Amino acid sequence: MLRILINALRTGVVTTRYPAEPSVPPDRFRGAPVLRPGSRLPLPAVCPTGALTERFDAGARRVALDLARCVFCGRCAEDPWAGAVAMGRDFELAARRRDDMRIQVVAGDPAVPAVEPVVGPTADPIAEAERASSEIHRVLGRSLHLRHLDAGSCNACDWELYALLNPVYDVRRLGIDFVASPRHADGVVVTGPVTRNLETAVRRTVEAIPEPRVVIAVGACAASGGIVGEGYVSAGGVERVLPVDVYIPGCPPRPEAILFGILVALGRLDARRPPREG
Amino acid sequence: MADLALLNALRAGAHGSVDADAGPRPSDLTLRLGRSGDLPAAAAVLLGPRAMALATVVATDETATPDGDLKVRYVFEPTAPGAPDRFVTLLVSVDAARPEVPSLTTAVPAANWHEREMRDLFGIVPVGHPDPRPLVVHDGWPQGVYPLRKAFDGSRRVPVEPAVEFPHLVAKGEGVFEIPVGPIHAGIIEPGHFRFTSVGETVLHLDARLFYTHRGLEKRMEGRSPLDAFYVAERICGVCSAAHGLGYCEALEQIAGVDAPPRARLIRSIALELERLYNHVGDVGNICAGASFHYGTATGLRLKERLQQMNERLAGNRFLRGLVVPGGVRLDLPDDLLGVLAATLEDTRAGLDSLMGRIEDNPSVVDRFDDTGVLRRQAALDLAVAGVAARASGVDRDARRDHPHGAFSGPTPPDLHVVTAPDGDAMARVTVRAAEARESIRLIGEFVRRLGPGPLRVALAEPLPGGRIGISAIESARGEAVHWLRTDAGGRVERYHLRSPSYHNWPAVALAAETAIVPDFPLVNKSFELCYSCTDR
Repeated sequence: MLRILINALRTGVVTTRYPAEPSVPPDRFRGAPVLRPGSRLPLPAVCPTGALTERFDAGARRVALDLARCVFCGRCAEDPWAGAVAMGRDFELAARRRDDMRIQVVAGDPAVPAVEPVVGPTADPIAEAERASSEIHRVLGRSLHLRHLDAGSCNACDWELYALLNPVYDVRRLGIDFVASPRHADGVVVTGPVTRNLETAVRRTVEAIPEPRVVIAVGACAASGGIVGEGYVSAGGVERVLPVDVYIPGCPPRPEAILFGILVALGRLDARRPPREG
Repeated sequence: MADLALLNALRAGAHGSVDADAGPRPSDLTLRLGRSGDLPAAAAVLLGPRAMALATVVATDETATPDGDLKVRYVFEPTAPGAPDRFVTLLVSVDAARPEVPSLTTAVPAANWHEREMRDLFGIVPVGHPDPRPLVVHDGWPQGVYPLRKAFDGSRRVPVEPAVEFPHLVAKGEGVFEIPVGPIHAGIIEPGHFRFTSVGETVLHLDARLFYTHRGLEKRMEGRSPLDAFYVAERICGVCSAAHGLGYCEALEQIAGVDAPPRARLIRSIALELERLYNHVGDVGNICAGASFHYGTATGLRLKERLQQMNERLAGNRFLRGLVVPGGVRLDLPDDLLGVLAATLEDTRAGLDSLMGRIEDNPSVVDRFDDTGVLRRQAALDLAVAGVAARASGVDRDARRDHPHGAFSGPTPPDLHVVTAPDGDAMARVTVRAAEARESIRLIGEFVRRLGPGPLRVALAEPLPGGRIGISAIESARGEAVHWLRTDAGGRVERYHLRSPSYHNWPAVALAAETAIVPDFPLVNKSFELCYSCTDR
């Protein structure tokens, strides 16, 4: 027992200060791909999940990247497209609308004037996170309780959710916790594309959560079907089965990306709840 | 290289023809049985006198080829330590009009789930199977629809039909209770249904129903370029990403006839050991949660987090995705990262030693771990159990030695200390994990010392050679995973099958749970620590 105490003191505080302070991922981290307008952007076939699409209009080749489908494999940033696509380090990509996750640029002929991304992820992520963080206190009295629902994930997203409870992320410090029963939950974090064998369990679990509730799709599979897509036993994403409030891209999203998404979701929860009395 | 004694023994017991060919690899043997009725006798020859075990079973639909049949390959492997790296395949042709094969399950218990899966996905009936319930497809799946048949369109959802309640296998009698648990669990865990029958606290029987996360990934890979399908293989399972990515690549590289360069093989093995390390360290912590030793859980999670942050620095992904690619590796290990790696590993070793000290000093924890969830050696052999679970029951098997891959496949492979323990209980599985984690740290040091300059990958030209088979066996953190890949005439994926270590180990969990009380089940389960996703695919 004494040894345990000594070890605990020697280890000290290991908890991150995120989101109060920004988190900078390592150099090699593969976050949101950055498409360089006007460059020779890759063909859609390069992408293993169909996140890259193209269309031609008025002689311009418009390439779009769907962050919800992206598995951040980095293949589109390899040779020979290394100059056109770079894997950025932005991981705070959670969005409330599916459309907010599509990045479009005009590719190809340098004579065609380049355009900036038409729509992108949330404008100022850190400010958004800080604002949302204070929402926890205001709306839910310091507490957001979530139920985890594995709807056919590969377990990577599940382990990252579990990591949020480790001493480094310790989301309980922000009033967020994962609960055993849907009846005790304010919302649900769903991982996986919703498999046929889980569809009934998914519906019944969500129905057991009292209204109003938030549904957060964690990772590419939940957000869009990801690498699994739609198939004989896969719905191809949570939104095919029930309405989604927040989408968190990633394969898997790193723990801080999930935390960011949960904080984004809290703003939405406020909007849907009747104002508190007193 | 037909083994004459083996061939004679097989022919002596067969009523039909037995033809032998080398393959899939030059060192392997494929035996075509003229009559599928000879299967049980042939399996008995391999299992008994030659001490082989079932490695995997692969069914294929070849009705659209000139053969016009379905085929089943039963792949066996030697189990004796030091036996040559060799797979022996029993190949039978199945008439598509009357798709039946004799069941091997009563003689080869490890064949149980393989045969049930083959019936669900291909409609091949294992005649005489003791458990005729569906396995992979659940309630409401339409009769006579077999998703891995080539004529089936896998891109569309299949309607759910009205269904009766699934018949769980339960014990009955006075004072016997049924306890249903799952598929949605109370914690952040993958989904599965456990139906306990108990008298008081004592578990009489556990019927585990899995395949809730069946995503149809094998079907999804079919018809694609093998280079595209790699990204699916790498994502079958989160915590086995490096191992499954590597297993797929090795099978693919056999088909392409290329070898990854030496530096790439070393980096691949470093990735494999890092994956084992973060899993084992985290698992030791999680097992403590099963005994309510929260200091242990928090310490394990903290050490695991440090390792996953290291993964992100090396591979750009906390699960090491994107490091291994077909033909080699995509990222190098420069000296500055090697320095960070060495420091992280040293801290991990010290942290793990301290954690194991706190566990072993703590009588209330030791009391919970000792004699809990016992898996007997013979049961581990019968079920072809893999990895830590096998070695903690005294079975000396490790695919790094038995089927050399990564840096072990060179001319002078590093020494590998295969850790075993005789007791087969939760304590044995904890101590084997800790010892293997220390061995992984030592091996990574050895691999880093061997790193010489050289290329990181070789190019794989498309289209890949058609009509070829690749097979590989990788020791993942959970144990041996067997990958089987075949290309069609155009060099695309015709069939891919993964037999994960968890696939063979789940039945062992049910068996071990029957030596425990209901409240100890989380501890028993965590001491095996299996994946649902790479079992269900």
